Amino acid sequence: MTWFIDHLGEVWDLGRQHAVLAGLPLLLGLLIALPLGWLARRFRWLYAPFTAGFGLLYTIPSLALFVILPLVTGRGILDPFNVIVAMTLYTVALLVRTVADGLGSVPGAVTNAATAMGYTPGKRFFAVELPLAVPVISAGLRVAAVSNVSIVSVGTVIGVQQLGLFFSDGFNRQFYDPIVVGIVACIVLALLFDAVILVVTRLLTPWLRATGARA
Amino acid sequence: MIASTWQWLTDPVNWSGPGSIPNQILTHLWYSAIALFVASLIAIPAGLAIGHTGRGRFFGVNLAAAARAIPSLGLLFLMVLWLFPKFSGSSGSAAFVVPSLIVLAVLAIPPILAGAYAGVEGVDPAARDAAKGMGMTGMQVLRRVEIPNAMPLIFSGFRSATLQVIATATLAAVVGADGLGRFLIDGQKIRDYPQMAGGSLVVAILALVVDLLLGTIQRYAVSPGLTGRRTSASRRGRSDGVSGSAESAGRSNTPLDVEISDPRRTVDSQPS
Repeated sequence: MTWFIDHLGEVWDLGRQHAVLAGLPLLLGLLIALPLGWLARRFRWLYAPFTAGFGLLYTIPSLALFVILPLVTGRGILDPFNVIVAMTLYTVALLVRTVADGLGSVPGAVTNAATAMGYTPGKRFFAVELPLAVPVISAGLRVAAVSNVSIVSVGTVIGVQQLGLFFSDGFNRQFYDPIVVGIVACIVLALLFDAVILVVTRLLTPWLRATGARA
Repeated sequence: MIASTWQWLTDPVNWSGPGSIPNQILTHLWYSAIALFVASLIAIPAGLAIGHTGRGRFFGVNLAAAARAIPSLGLLFLMVLWLFPKFSGSSGSAAFVVPSLIVLAVLAIPPILAGAYAGVEGVDPAARDAAKGMGMTGMQVLRRVEIPNAMPLIFSGFRSATLQVIATATLAAVVGADGLGRFLIDGQKIRDYPQMAGGSLVVAILALVVDLLLGTIQRYAVSPGLTGRRTSASRRGRSDGVSGSAESAGRSNTPLDVEISDPRRTVDSQPS
């Protein structure tokens, strides 16, 4: 505990970098997965190849991806850009299926009603289908958020600045405190992400509270 | 960089002898298999019990969710630091390998457990009631109805555990164990990027191949009544529950077509 208090500033700095490396890809991944998920929904024959194909991305071990990406991006191996790309790929891999399933969960009667009320397809998507898909998408996003936080710490092996550096620091000095602080900080960050997503979901889905259903 | 990586991958020196690519692949798979076997021994019975009895559900759900948040690298370092002195007397690399295997097994338990309990819990209540109505005991219901129906989810839990174990087994090299991670770590020490990238490509391909292989096994291990592999009638059996199995005529082996061999035919009074 004293070690933690002595190194509070360091934990805060690395924690912020960790949050960026795990959080930014979450937003980018969601932005990329939305149109892809929509396509998989709109053209049914795309659903299987899309979900299976992007799912395969998730099978690539994170450390391997961190090392391979410089081949593709042309950046140095220590560049955090590679980590951002890798985490975005993982997020997309998880979310394409979730977005497609979430849009698929919108009842047909609701979309028909919206069409009857004069919504154009584009307006219907943003005003009706997407909001109703939020609970499903948010469930997928929570999984992605928590696993992102954990995966980013693997970047320690290639020397990326984030909370995982406490692990190697403690390991090299045979000293438990930094490792435990690093693990706890990672878990706290994951819980924080989870809480933020839950709050945003709650704000975006007021009708769930009105009817007493669970978000 | 791409050319030199290709050169490393195709260099015959890296394909024979101790520490070569095939050797490290075998070691990697061996570590993964041991960890998955131990994890399955613990997680599958526990998951089936939770799903069948409905007890400990809260525990199962939260364990699986919480385990995702634990950084595997931190857990690995912690375990090695803690167990290393206990094994340092033993011969060979046990001091590195045993803690790594423990971490791998620990990481594999939550997904397998979640798959097993969610699979059993998600079995159509009508199918379960029908089995009970036909006089099956609790164990029979579990063995002949719940487990076959839960197979897709049990398998998907096992598959995600396998992926996680193969990925994390790469990290075992950081603490001194063998496996494909060696190329990454050794390459990094001497700034040999082709070796790092080559090793990474091999791990990535290994993970893909193992996942596709498990996917294929799953296709054939899961009852055709669930996958719709053979007839369209048995596919309907999935959504229609009991009535669907009547449609799949003849001796089709949908999980609902169970024959009662037990003459006692006692109705299981335990709520399941």
